[in-house]
Amino acid sequence: MENTVISVRNLTNRFGKTTVHQNLDLDVRRGEVLGVVGASGSGKSVLLRSIVGLQRPSAGTITVLGTEVLTDPPTEADSTVGKPDAVQNKWGVMFQDGALFSSLTVRENVEAPMREKLALDAQTRSALADLRIAMVGLPATAGDLFPSELSGGMRKRAGLARALALDPQILFLDEPTAGLDPISASEFDNLILSLQKALGLTVFLVTHDLDTLHATCDRIAVLAQKKVLVTGTMDEMMEVDDPWVRSYFHGPRAHAAQLQGAA
Amino acid sequence: MSTATGELGSTSRAKMVGAVTLTTLDRQRSFLDGQAGATCLDLSEVTQLDTAGAWAIASFQAAQNSKGREVTIDNATEAQALLLRTVVEAMPSPRKRRRRLPHHEAGDVLFEVGKSVSSFVVGLGQTIGFFGLVLTRLATTALHPSRLRLTALTHHMQQAGLNAVPIVGLMGFLIGIVLAFQGASQLEQFGAEIYVVDLISISMLRELGILLTAIIVAGRSASSFTAAIGSMKMREEIDAMRVLGLDPIELLVLPRMLALLVMLPILGFVANMTGLVGGALMAWIDLGISPAMFRTQLAANTSVTHALVGLSKAPIFAMIIALVGCYQGLQVEGNTDSLGSRTSRSVVVAIFLVIVVDAIASIFFSIWGV
Repeated sequence: MENTVISVRNLTNRFGKTTVHQNLDLDVRRGEVLGVVGASGSGKSVLLRSIVGLQRPSAGTITVLGTEVLTDPPTEADSTVGKPDAVQNKWGVMFQDGALFSSLTVRENVEAPMREKLALDAQTRSALADLRIAMVGLPATAGDLFPSELSGGMRKRAGLARALALDPQILFLDEPTAGLDPISASEFDNLILSLQKALGLTVFLVTHDLDTLHATCDRIAVLAQKKVLVTGTMDEMMEVDDPWVRSYFHGPRAHAAQLQGAA
Repeated sequence: MSTATGELGSTSRAKMVGAVTLTTLDRQRSFLDGQAGATCLDLSEVTQLDTAGAWAIASFQAAQNSKGREVTIDNATEAQALLLRTVVEAMPSPRKRRRRLPHHEAGDVLFEVGKSVSSFVVGLGQTIGFFGLVLTRLATTALHPSRLRLTALTHHMQQAGLNAVPIVGLMGFLIGIVLAFQGASQLEQFGAEIYVVDLISISMLRELGILLTAIIVAGRSASSFTAAIGSMKMREEIDAMRVLGLDPIELLVLPRMLALLVMLPILGFVANMTGLVGGALMAWIDLGISPAMFRTQLAANTSVTHALVGLSKAPIFAMIIALVGCYQGLQVEGNTDSLGSRTSRSVVVAIFLVIVVDAIASIFFSIWGV
């Protein structure tokens, strides 16, 4: 049990008449990078949102680091302030386009979680924010810029810096490399991997990017038919005998990614 | 969780104990502050280390280094060493804080003044340019009436016009009551109660009806135009239109402007009528002037010119409100702050201009003698 940091059981998500998830089970182990793939609309982001408490599922249980997140709603502000040990302070979420607060500079964005959750003096806070900004590979000058002045790739890095602000144990990434050029994308893969190693993070990664899957993921979970169809390593994925999984991992793009991964 | 207690050994080793994390940062830093002479940090009893903790250790090392003392790390696990290395590599150099001198402040003030003057001039130029552009498009549309978006036009006529009827009507009614009430108490002193009819009708028809209607519409519609066009600008919809060869002025601005041009006089008329009804009601209750008497006095003493003078201002007000609202919307930039500030500015500017133009019109009509 100690090694399972996220455990999802019998998760069912319905929107009106459409069922997105039906009795979905998923385990994420400590210290691994789990890639979640699936067709568009298969509910990858909904799964992520359910785990972090932004989407209340119709049924099921979700346990993160031993805390039942559905009975203790993580997004209720009063349940987290002044409780540094609350589970919601032990994860960081990076949204697709960074979701930075547009009225704050990058440094203030990274400081925001620390400002709200911890009693740190301003100097320490901004020094720690600068450290996070440097760790995600942004230049020191970026701290004073506003999100609208950043490029897409820089916004993602800034979003990652904010997600790391409270030194989380689990990092949720929603399409971290979408919309990046291949060079930035592979830099981002390396960044995630090196941070994950150095900080001992567990990473829950929603992606479409086969290169990212090859480069970073220890295990892959395929969402299809309203549940987790199969989980396993990349090599195991290649052996799975399901038409969708086959065409996903054996398609023309997959081959290119594989060649690159092997090289 | 355990406390940080240090033992200063013979080789001036400092032993860190327990969790060295963001939550224990204060404690661990004050511990490190007391270890100024240490040359070796022992991490063997550190149970938890995160980036904040690693940062504290790295800054301690850097501070000692600058005093010419080397600090080594002992007994770090492989993971801790890796984390420390990552943090040390990323360690940003401390930001330099520039000293502020009095003449810096003075320079700032001068800069701000210059900036606002120049942005005012630029803004004025852009507004005039925008006005010209809209007029050009209006002329093009007049030559090719088929290019007018009828659906959009009727939609905005409903949104900005029809839906505003209840609030505008109520406003006029209440103003009529207020005028009658205040006028009555003054005119009663001279026994000139009957002139309350003239007071109500002239002030309502000539000035207040249309002015207050324009202010309400500015508050309602200028803000909604700015917000709607501004959020389209933020989501690059305006750029998409341009790329598709569609003209945002023609698609977004003209229908809104024409809708207000049609609807504002009607709304002003509604306000005039409810104002008269409110005034008549109050005059009846308060002064005993029967509705029939009110009507006779109104028809005898108040020329229809007053109403026409009032309503003649409506198209100008409509242009101002629509142009300011749309212009501010098109000026919105990429962030949410600018949407908010543009929306509030659009209302303020629209109301201000309406009042200024109303004052100018009053002077103009009085010189002209209408």
